[in-house]
Amino acid sequence: MDMLQFPANIAAAAGVNFAAIMPEVILSVIAMALLLVNVFINSEQKAYLGYLSLIGIVVTFFSVVSGWGAPQSGFNNSVLQDNFSLFFKGTFLVSAFLTILITDQYLKREECNWGEIYPLILFATVGMMLMASGTDLMTIFLGLEVLSVSLYVLAGFNRANLKSNEAGLKYFLLGAFSTGFLLYGMALIYGSTGTTRVAAIASYISQNGMVLSNPMLVAGMLLMAVGFSFKIAAAPFHMWTPDVYEGAPTPMTAFMSVGPKAAGFAAFLRVFIVALPAMKADWSELLWVLAVLTMTVGNITALKQTNIKRMLAYSSIAHAGYVLVGFTAGNAVGTAGVLFYMLSYAFMNIGAFAIIVLVGRKGEENNNVSDYAGFGFKHPVLGMCMSIFLFSLAGIPPAAGFIGKFYLFSGAIQAGYVWLAIIGVLNSAASVYYYLRVMVFMYMKDPTEEFDWLAVSPSLALCLLLSVAGVLIPGIVPGTLLDLAQKAILM
Amino acid sequence: MFENVWLIPLFPLIGFLINGFFGKKIKNEAVIGGIGTLMIFLSFLVSCGVLMQLIGLPAEQRVFEKVVFPWIHCGNFKADMAFLIDPLSAVMIMVVTGVGSLIHLYSIGYMHGEEGFYRFFAYLNLFCMSMLLLVLGSNMLVMFIGWEGVGLCSYLLIGYYFEKKSAGDAAKKAFVMNRVGDFGFLIGLFTLYWWFGSNHNIWTINFVEIKAASHLLPYGGVVTIATLCFFLGATGKSAQLPLYTWLPDAMEGPTPVSALIHAATMVTAGVYMIGRMSFVFIKSPETMMVVAVVGACTAIFAATIGTAQNDIKRVLAYSTVSQLGFMFLAMGVGAFGAGIFHLMTHAFFKACLFLGSGSVIHAMHHALHHGHLHDDAQDMRNMGGLKKYMPITFLTFLVSTIAIAGIPGFSGFFSKDEILWQAFANPYHGGLNIVLWGIGCIAAMFTAFYMFRLVFMTFFGECRINPKVKDHLHESPLVITIPLMVLGFLAVVGGYIGMPKLMGMLPNYFEHWLDPVFELANEYGKEYAHVGHHTHALEWGLMGLSVVIAVIGITIAFTMYMANNKLPEKFTSTFPALHRAVYNKWYMDELYDFLFVNPCKGFGNLLWKGFDVVVVDGIVNGVGKIFMGLSAGIRGLQTGYTHNYALGMTLGAVVIVALYIFR
Repeated sequence: MDMLQFPANIAAAAGVNFAAIMPEVILSVIAMALLLVNVFINSEQKAYLGYLSLIGIVVTFFSVVSGWGAPQSGFNNSVLQDNFSLFFKGTFLVSAFLTILITDQYLKREECNWGEIYPLILFATVGMMLMASGTDLMTIFLGLEVLSVSLYVLAGFNRANLKSNEAGLKYFLLGAFSTGFLLYGMALIYGSTGTTRVAAIASYISQNGMVLSNPMLVAGMLLMAVGFSFKIAAAPFHMWTPDVYEGAPTPMTAFMSVGPKAAGFAAFLRVFIVALPAMKADWSELLWVLAVLTMTVGNITALKQTNIKRMLAYSSIAHAGYVLVGFTAGNAVGTAGVLFYMLSYAFMNIGAFAIIVLVGRKGEENNNVSDYAGFGFKHPVLGMCMSIFLFSLAGIPPAAGFIGKFYLFSGAIQAGYVWLAIIGVLNSAASVYYYLRVMVFMYMKDPTEEFDWLAVSPSLALCLLLSVAGVLIPGIVPGTLLDLAQKAILM
Repeated sequence: MFENVWLIPLFPLIGFLINGFFGKKIKNEAVIGGIGTLMIFLSFLVSCGVLMQLIGLPAEQRVFEKVVFPWIHCGNFKADMAFLIDPLSAVMIMVVTGVGSLIHLYSIGYMHGEEGFYRFFAYLNLFCMSMLLLVLGSNMLVMFIGWEGVGLCSYLLIGYYFEKKSAGDAAKKAFVMNRVGDFGFLIGLFTLYWWFGSNHNIWTINFVEIKAASHLLPYGGVVTIATLCFFLGATGKSAQLPLYTWLPDAMEGPTPVSALIHAATMVTAGVYMIGRMSFVFIKSPETMMVVAVVGACTAIFAATIGTAQNDIKRVLAYSTVSQLGFMFLAMGVGAFGAGIFHLMTHAFFKACLFLGSGSVIHAMHHALHHGHLHDDAQDMRNMGGLKKYMPITFLTFLVSTIAIAGIPGFSGFFSKDEILWQAFANPYHGGLNIVLWGIGCIAAMFTAFYMFRLVFMTFFGECRINPKVKDHLHESPLVITIPLMVLGFLAVVGGYIGMPKLMGMLPNYFEHWLDPVFELANEYGKEYAHVGHHTHALEWGLMGLSVVIAVIGITIAFTMYMANNKLPEKFTSTFPALHRAVYNKWYMDELYDFLFVNPCKGFGNLLWKGFDVVVVDGIVNGVGKIFMGLSAGIRGLQTGYTHNYALGMTLGAVVIVALYIFR
């Protein structure tokens, strides 16, 4: 299977090639410009920064779309903008776009309306994009750091709120810790193969077969797996997730649970499938265990949660587990499933968080599941949106979540991992409990207190509209999106 | 035009969305009805374009597949949202959109002032979309969406007056019976898919591909299983024995629904499906025999019940079941073209009959309402002599009745006679053929009898409606009578495109038109049966015989209900048991209750109280408790201390590395 291989017809293989990083360039320039603009406007006008960054994202998105089907390599093969990275870049841009749409209303409510948040989101997106197109361990690491540093700040952005501070600090400490693992793994790989280019690592290993028995290479692979597992919040490296997700400002939680996770998977997939195909037997075994652990721990712990942000944090751990199932399969259906799933997960999860932003009150109050009692009757349209997102998260047709899971699990079955698929399905069944519990509160309980009148800002309404469309359309007609995902992994 | 075929189901969908979401706000009946009718009429125009283009092509090129978008691609499995245009689907879309447009138009008048007017039109449009998906789908899955969609719409429309318990019950009954059939359809689909895939590595549900590979199918064996399953689906949807009892009850729905869904289109889906897969069905002589026998039995069985009903719509409902039986008889004896031909002519005259009955009911209801009377507006015993008051309704009704009775010169004669002749002449079932033909003839006689009984009781004789309100009886408005006139016209002339060769005046266009679709099936059929030679004299003779039979039926009806009004009562008192049995529909509903419904309920109760409450709930709750406990346990690990988390990560990393390095 020639997935994710270097395409034969790359333009400008060596030297500087800005075409290969055009989306990153555009977005960085816009982010820096926004930083400047931010100095000159007062706090009432910060929303304009949001609009400007939305425009920036759309422009970048066009650059991504125009690059489709024309792979570009540059900077001595350390960056490759192929369909694979473009698909992920699209996913990142979608999640950044949706996040920014819900940010403004939250910032005003929490009275932390500082403009830096928009450039930070954009810088984080640039980092993610670099991770997806990095074909050198160093590029990937560079992207990861750009992303992580932005995220640390974003998690602690609500600096008046203690929990947000705690989240930022915890994320920073544990993130730095995990980076150590990742970097150490990269160093060991470099030590045993003499290169950091992913393609060169693969060819070195295939030419020198005995290096496979070198513990240094094996340990390098394992430590990189640990580092990536932290980024995608796979058990047992997931423990930071609930605390950080709960404490971080809600829109940032939405962002972190989607974009960086997808970026982690992009780099994880690229390094393991392109650089280490010779060790597939080893790493798929490890991923099998990680997938089972992650799904099970995520789902079981979510059962008892009362805070909805924390519940969705565990849910996002479980979803990383489902995606790992497709990764473990490692075949075309499973890998395309990963891409499909990460994009549809962006829609459904950010959509759900948009509702949380709406229901929440100042000081991150009103975030308990029981606060949703009677919500569905009081606000029928919003209730219906939330139900659609929850159904999709639970994997119930005709939502995209169902189709995504279907491809992930059928990839596993085709690759012979029948038990893994069975465990996945059982987990998915268990997860229905905590998703539907929210709906039970929404539709079957009487409200304990009167709902405030909810002011739905136009941008938040747009976010809900896009999310519902993004959940339902690929759910009902998955063909087109799946076709793109398949084109993204097969050159 | 072929490239735009997707517009055909799209228009009704748009109509459904507009009326479904905004109908309540629009309120204006003319706008709502106008949108609904316009949308289906636009589909009709596109269908005409498709038909024209199809006619322009040479016969062997009349197949076109339009992929609208890729839908599900997964490994070997591939299903596109794709439409198939060929002579068969062209006939079907013309019938669905043509008759559909007329019935939409009619509904504007008929449903005037009803609560939920918008809901009616939204459902009607949704139905048309589903039906068009069903007949256009180029693979079994698209067809199945339509198949399920029409079932759903039928449920919604039968239960349109959902505040009435009988309507709700009838809707449920229709849905459940259809589901039994759908189950068969699915099993058939899986069987065929699995057989082709595992034996020949052809993983397909696409009709064109299956047709191309159909030479691989064996005669009998697995094909018999698959086709019998498909046929079970057909009996559910097309109301054949044993799954027919829902259709008479479906008359609880508004009359236009009965005309469109329960006469002209949806119920013919089973016939269409067999036609679409003729090349599979013909490979199983056993299934063909079952289809023919079930069709013939249903034809006569329903016809006998029709003779004793007093509700005008119920007579027509049993008549529909019976006529569908004729179509299945045709399919079962390999006369696919004749079956589809009868489907089309039946759509014309039966839609006209139903709409005519609706016009009568409308007038009766109106009159009775004026006098504040609570007599049954649908009971023929309250009618009589209506021809004076409703001349247009009467004329169109009479024409359609002559057509269904099989009088030469009218459409029903051509198609029914073709079926009877082929039942006689086609050699698939050996000696059984003559029996099938005989049953068909007797059923045809009953048809002529009960239809003219209906006409005589409704339109002739003296008016039995309460004299107080007689003056309030009058003809329905133009929006109702125009569709009647168009359909009545079609009921007369619609048959001439398929005149038997024998008569020699016109070539049998219809059969030639469908030849490319059924050619392959006929080829396969020759493997186990050889068409014998029959003289023209014999064909003429049989044709004459079927005319005589029809005339006999009409004469009996005339004698009993016109010449001598005492005869029916005399008959009833002479054979009380027989009359009771027929009047009570041979007690089939009671039999089903006894055989299936009550045992199922009992078994369900047993499972519920014994197994479900104790065993299932026990296990489920037990598992739930275990997991809740686990959840609390894992939660305990989440201390909130960063150093604990770091320790957890380190331990995880150490364990993983150690396991790999030291194994």
